[in-house]
Amino acid sequence: MNILSMKTQKIANWGNYPNVESNIHSSEYIDEVIQTVKNSDQITPRGNGRSYGDASLGENILSCLELNKILAFDPNNGILQCQSGVLLSDILEFILPHGYFLPVTPGTKFITVGGAIASDVHGKNHHVDGCFSEHTLNFNLIDSEGNIVSCSAQNNKSLFYETVGGMGRTGVIVDATIKLKPIETSFIKYEYQKVKNLDDMMLSFENCLDWTYSVAWLDVLKGGKDMGRGILMKGEHAKLSELKSTNRKRPLLPHSNKAINMPFFLPSFVLNDYTVKLFNFLYYNKQLAQLKNGIVHYDTFFYPLDSILNWNKCYGKNGFTQYQFVLPKKNSLDGLKAFLNKLRSSKNFSSFLVVLKLFGKTNPSAHWSFPMEGYTLALDIKIKEGIQELIKEFDDIVYKFGGRVYLSKDAFSSRKMFNLPDNLAGKFTSVQINRLKK
Amino acid sequence: MNILIFGASSDISKELARQYAQQNDNVTLLGTGVQRLEPLKLDIEIRNKVKVDLFEFDILKYNNSNEKIKKLINQSDISIMLIGYLGNQNEADENDDELARIVNLNYFKVIEVLNLIQRTYVSKQTGIIAGVSSVAGDRGKQSNFAYGSAKAGLSVYLDGLRNRLYPKGVHVVTIKPGFMATKMTKDLNLPKILTASPQKAAKTIIKAIAKRKNKVFVNWMWKYIMIIIRAIPEPVFKKMKM
Ligand SMILES: Cc1cc2nc3c(=O)[nH]c(=O)nc-3n(C[C@H](O)[C@H](O)[C@H](O)COP(=O)(O)OP(=O)(O)OC[C@H]3O[C@@H](n4cnc5c(N)ncnc54)[C@H](O)[C@@H]3O)c2cc1C
Ligand SMILES: NC(=O)c1ccc[n+]([C@@H]2O[C@H](COP(=O)([O-])OP(=O)(O)OC[C@H]3O[C@@H](n4cnc5c(N)ncnc54)[C@H](OP(=O)(O)O)[C@@H]3O)[C@@H](O)[C@H]2O)c1
Repeated sequence: MNILSMKTQKIANWGNYPNVESNIHSSEYIDEVIQTVKNSDQITPRGNGRSYGDASLGENILSCLELNKILAFDPNNGILQCQSGVLLSDILEFILPHGYFLPVTPGTKFITVGGAIASDVHGKNHHVDGCFSEHTLNFNLIDSEGNIVSCSAQNNKSLFYETVGGMGRTGVIVDATIKLKPIETSFIKYEYQKVKNLDDMMLSFENCLDWTYSVAWLDVLKGGKDMGRGILMKGEHAKLSELKSTNRKRPLLPHSNKAINMPFFLPSFVLNDYTVKLFNFLYYNKQLAQLKNGIVHYDTFFYPLDSILNWNKCYGKNGFTQYQFVLPKKNSLDGLKAFLNKLRSSKNFSSFLVVLKLFGKTNPSAHWSFPMEGYTLALDIKIKEGIQELIKEFDDIVYKFGGRVYLSKDAFSSRKMFNLPDNLAGKFTSVQINRLKK
Repeated sequence: MNILIFGASSDISKELARQYAQQNDNVTLLGTGVQRLEPLKLDIEIRNKVKVDLFEFDILKYNNSNEKIKKLINQSDISIMLIGYLGNQNEADENDDELARIVNLNYFKVIEVLNLIQRTYVSKQTGIIAGVSSVAGDRGKQSNFAYGSAKAGLSVYLDGLRNRLYPKGVHVVTIKPGFMATKMTKDLNLPKILTASPQKAAKTIIKAIAKRKNKVFVNWMWKYIMIIIRAIPEPVFKKMKM
């Protein structure tokens, strides 16, 4: 048998923090993947490293990127079976021409199916369609003994729900069967709405529940009566009849693979307070002057940042983290206000992108998944001196209001902030799990 | 068209299968342990609406009474021979089994199969045979001369076969890859600019076959490198460490 290809390398996830020296094992053959699992005391399954913090990092990593084959497709019912290392971008290119879209997609298309299940990712349609697991009909998992176990919401139900949102703790997902969403076109009909403060924002969210997609961008520099002002963005799959004649010629056009590369780390001073202020100002005004409603390609609507490969490097060599939390709905207004006040008072840490979304109903079966019914807020924070203390202050507010933090973004929060089982010991581990065990 | 690819698990073979499928050709991959390639087969079939077949084939056990192979060859339009084995020269110096394995997998068993292919294509009066040899066969050096000498034999065999089959409507292409980034070379530290990706190698092979080229280098630089290497006088060459 071939020896599984292995190399030692320093790697990090999307936030470029932390950096970890890892032995990376990789194979396209299931038998070799099983052998690696059997031979390892500790192993970390890894997809495309699009989590931000220290999930999917470890001393021994099993990269699933070579498990990148599509295994079956039923064009009549929109059911796709593929291996776990297939990227959502690859799936989109394949399914679009057949008239299907991803049932749930995060804000980047460069994640794997395995990562989507392990994080149980959510999208702008959470209030309508829930998380990725709700569209996952089945997956096959290599367990710690090296057996392949088939799991679904009916079969091996408990393992299924231990795995979705389980961050790789139960084993290596090797393939999955997903139910796709039928669509008429690749285009999204959108509406941008200017909202003057947090109370209005929450009201606006409640009033747009019939839109499939909704998310808001918040201007975090404003306090007082303007606190929480921002833009609410709503979207719906456009119908064929709604397209302009130029787009009607190729209504099911997939995204193009053209992208700009950010070739080096920008020096960190580029992202100082001043640029952030300017950015917020421009974004807030320009968008509204130009865009109120219209029709755009899905790539523009869902993945605006994907067209700049490695945009994460704009935060400089030290990297950044994303802090994403969710608060129960009843505490959301008070909690968000407390949080935004804290954010504004921590002058040294202004943030580029702050995103707010109202999640729909909690899925009681998917007990390790991050979403719960209520508001979720996400912000990028550049890493510098004092970040640990800042995150601690954030955690205290979120905890006080009964919220929790998203493991897929995290590198700093403490254990009490997460939805985790008591026992974190096991073969499938990660830098994150080891940090939270302590 | 129907394409036979001998040597299934080579990264070049997989890429050939993908690229031929994209131009709507059906592909059969022959090799050992081909059931592991089932996901690849499904992937290519689903994406391209062509047929990809996997055929379990150990060339070391081949003999010409294998009817299934005969039938496959008879139904094919193009046969590409990628089977090869770099082996370990030090090991071969000590162990004749390794030496025999190198010679069999690069030359002797390979030409036995090519012989069946040529007979079949001659009787059909059509067909293209492509053989992947190596620049290692252009001059023997201490690090891999068992492999090199077997590839030298293969190169000469392909030259002669091309000459022989020219009047019979069957064409023979010789591919000399230079370095390629495959499983065979994953542990070697190859200079990047002299090393072709499997995608590039497959593209070159497909084009060479379509244009009925005679001898093709995957990376043009190798042509000149080999001219230089062959020009080094033997009294100097024998002292070199290569
Ligand atoms: C720009 C950007 C926007 C994002 N937007 C969103 C969003 O809107 N919503 C959202 O939910 N998330 C979002 N994310 C986070 C991202 O979707 C998740 O972190 C996702 O899990 C990353 O997938 P990956 O393939 O890169 O996996 P990795 O980052 O490599 O791994 C993530 C986790 O999955 C586990 N894992 C990966 N593959 C397997 C496998 N085959 N078997 C078992 N476990 C496995 C790892 O161990 C790890 O715990 C965003 C990320 C970025 C960079
Ligand atoms: N990589 C380079 O730099 C380089 C340079 C010059 C020439 N080449 C030549 O290019 C060709 C492809 O090589 P590669 O680099 O892709 O290396 P590889 O991965 O080692 O490929 C070797 C091929 O030989 C096949 N093979 C080995 N033993 C076999 C057996 N007993 N029966 C049937 N098939 C057998 C393998 O198929 P299965 O595993 O499916 O059996 C595989 O397809 C070889 O002829 C090699 O000599 C390579």
